Amino acid sequence: MTVDTTGSSLAESAAVARERLDAHAYETVQWHFHESTGSPFWLEKKAGLSFDPLTEVKCFEDLKKFPLFEDDWLRGGPVRRWVPKGLDGRPTYVFETGGTTGIPKSRVVIDDFRTDYELFSETLPDQYFPRGANWLMLGPSGPRRLRLAVEHLCQFRGGISFCIDLDPRWVVKLIKKGWMEHLEEYKKHCIDQAITVLTAGHDIKCMFTTPKLLESLAYGLAEQGTSIQEIGITGIFSGGTEFTPQWTRFCVEELLGGPVEESGVYMTPTYGNTLMGLACSRPITAEDGYKISYYAPQPRAVVEVVDFEDHTRVVEPGGTGRVKLYTMTKEFFVPGFLERDEGEREAPYQAYPWDGVSGVRPYHVFAAQTTVGVY
Amino acid sequence: MLTLPALRWGKLYTSLDTQEVIHFDTGEPIAKISQVNGGMLQLDIKHAARARSVLRSIPCSELLSLCKKAASIFETGSVPMGDGVQSVDDFIHQQSASTGLPEHMCRSNMKKNSFVLANMTEILDALTRGLDLNILSRGYGEEGRGVTVSYQVQSPVLGAVLPNNSPGVHTLWLPAVALQIGLLLKPGSQEPWTPYRMIASFIEAGIPAEAFALYPGGHDVGQALLNRCSRSMVFGSQQTVEQYAGNPAVQAHGPGFSKIIIGDDVVDRWEDYLDLMVESVFSNSGRSCINCSGIWASRHTEQIAAALAERLGPVDVLPPQDEKAGLAAFTNKQMATGTWAMVQKDLAESGVNDLTAAFGDRLVERDRCAYLRPVVATANSPDRAIAGKEYMFPFVGVVQCPQKDLLRKIGTTLVCTALTRDEQLISDLTESCLVDRLNIGPIPTNRLSWLQPHEGNLIDFLFRSRAYQIAPMV
Repeated sequence: MTVDTTGSSLAESAAVARERLDAHAYETVQWHFHESTGSPFWLEKKAGLSFDPLTEVKCFEDLKKFPLFEDDWLRGGPVRRWVPKGLDGRPTYVFETGGTTGIPKSRVVIDDFRTDYELFSETLPDQYFPRGANWLMLGPSGPRRLRLAVEHLCQFRGGISFCIDLDPRWVVKLIKKGWMEHLEEYKKHCIDQAITVLTAGHDIKCMFTTPKLLESLAYGLAEQGTSIQEIGITGIFSGGTEFTPQWTRFCVEELLGGPVEESGVYMTPTYGNTLMGLACSRPITAEDGYKISYYAPQPRAVVEVVDFEDHTRVVEPGGTGRVKLYTMTKEFFVPGFLERDEGEREAPYQAYPWDGVSGVRPYHVFAAQTTVGVY
Repeated sequence: MLTLPALRWGKLYTSLDTQEVIHFDTGEPIAKISQVNGGMLQLDIKHAARARSVLRSIPCSELLSLCKKAASIFETGSVPMGDGVQSVDDFIHQQSASTGLPEHMCRSNMKKNSFVLANMTEILDALTRGLDLNILSRGYGEEGRGVTVSYQVQSPVLGAVLPNNSPGVHTLWLPAVALQIGLLLKPGSQEPWTPYRMIASFIEAGIPAEAFALYPGGHDVGQALLNRCSRSMVFGSQQTVEQYAGNPAVQAHGPGFSKIIIGDDVVDRWEDYLDLMVESVFSNSGRSCINCSGIWASRHTEQIAAALAERLGPVDVLPPQDEKAGLAAFTNKQMATGTWAMVQKDLAESGVNDLTAAFGDRLVERDRCAYLRPVVATANSPDRAIAGKEYMFPFVGVVQCPQKDLLRKIGTTLVCTALTRDEQLISDLTESCLVDRLNIGPIPTNRLSWLQPHEGNLIDFLFRSRAYQIAPMV
């Protein structure tokens, strides 16, 4: 995921990364649009395109010839149409997103979640995410990629992962019905499960959780006279658009016991979804105003910040725009999808010599209608 | 532009999230206020006991002197305010600029708050029925009849979710400090000025900063405050009042539906009380819950309304600096247009007569704000929708209602001024649970005696009388 940049300048590293991305984009398109390897979905789409992807897509920039990916295409079956012929016969998972009402969006996965999280594992410091340590997955259960991905991450690092029951669709329904008392009780029910596991002598040192649940866990532990730090957690990875710099500062200073050097608790935000995988954060520091910048796992996925009016135009560095995602794996191809988020374009840096995005928040046009951060 | 931090039990906290306070007419930023989250308040509530403890270390008599000193600083001094200093004139300009209230009304609200604080000794003497404050401080004592009395404090601090744009309500939480109870405040987004200045004045007067907390922020902060603080106040709509009805930990303040009732014995002399009616409707731009929104009588209602309309109808928008300015701006333009739409609907009902229609348009729209000029209407029956309405501008319904039906029809009434000598009517009103503050005789609804309790006695809210028996140890 990261690039070995030892001894080279940022410009050189960026050029190498770009070459790699162009080559990867070409190979991915060849795979998904070749009759022998492509998925029924993309082979059927190919017929309606005004260009031939096999001959006219030679680099990443050429992906912009494709129309935007529509996530509604993922609703409903047959789900097999998404499986590339080249992977026929492999054990296949389906992961869902949404689905509080109506048909959820489904994505087929064979190995991607394992690959993504093994790459992510490289970014976790062993000091705080010790090899062999047990984990708690305090997040949504059910037909979600995250649940298995975190378990795999833990197993990949030699540990055993515990998890809880948490149905986010029910949470969204409670909010829509205005049953806030029930919502509080359900949250409590989830936190009770977590505290039970954490205090049962399983030597859990690492966890995944969402910002809201992390906060609730901290309060739940405080009520029992203990804390995340005291209970032995040293590494947390988390995700969600509620990760504002102020919330992160609050979390580090007030919930985790201070900066990692003092508290011994390391927390890293991530950004991602079922379509893309997950983007890592540049390390967050007080000196940097707790700024959170995400970098996609190029070349498997790319994040762009594009003009609100013209999604083919990337904004200037530091400029604000809509988040656009690309996924290019052998299992799944997304040639540009406009996320429901916006943010600022971040410059490349040595560990990730490609563009990132900071200040991620709900796209202002949707913000008023969207229920975010429900669990 | 001032930058205002949060105050966490005496410690300043500058958040990375800030919200600008904007001038209602020009849109220029006046201040930048740190925004915290409800979780921070939830975590910090553990320090509430320390707030009471530092206040208990100062005798009530000394706290009362410090309150007097704080009142003087509040009304006349310059106080540290975030990264700057705030003079009295700064305060008035800032408050007027963000709330839309004319400056002379800001001065008058400031004086009111200062008066209450300066006269806290007399106010607490009245509210406690002359109880020695040391009994509240110690928890028990001898009242002088050979009986031990004990009052159990219900919370180490008083919380308050303060309103956005009504600087007149702050008198309600001021007595807490002299009762050795800390203050946990969520300032309103457009009116942070009074709580910030008041706390700065308390601290300048010498009261320990650990006794105070100011948590500016969003709804989650208000929710956390009301959920976590054992005794708190909230200011809001009728819906807010209903939400917290029956919750002993929350005192909810909403619309007042304050009224003037004119008895059959004096209604033929209604003209004698016209000034009183105008003041009750119009003071403070009709924005308070103690402003009169209904005048009820069995006859002459059309004439009463016509006379009121003659006085109030011509009132027009004036610059906030103008001493004659009587109308506050709606800083949220949509709120004015929405309110006006509701009023128009009520005015269109059969049996309702709009007496101010002849004095020109009521809705005055500006680029960034709007005003509503006074509305006086008659309702030929208490069953007209307008008879039960209250709005945030000078608005009054003059309702025709037989005296015998009054108590069945008036509904909840925060302040009721009864213009009558009719002993039966006075007795019925006195017995009624619909009326909170009752004025018998020509007292404008907006003129409150601070020696009287308001929407329940604060002492009863903060302290509970309980048994306390003592026997010597042998």
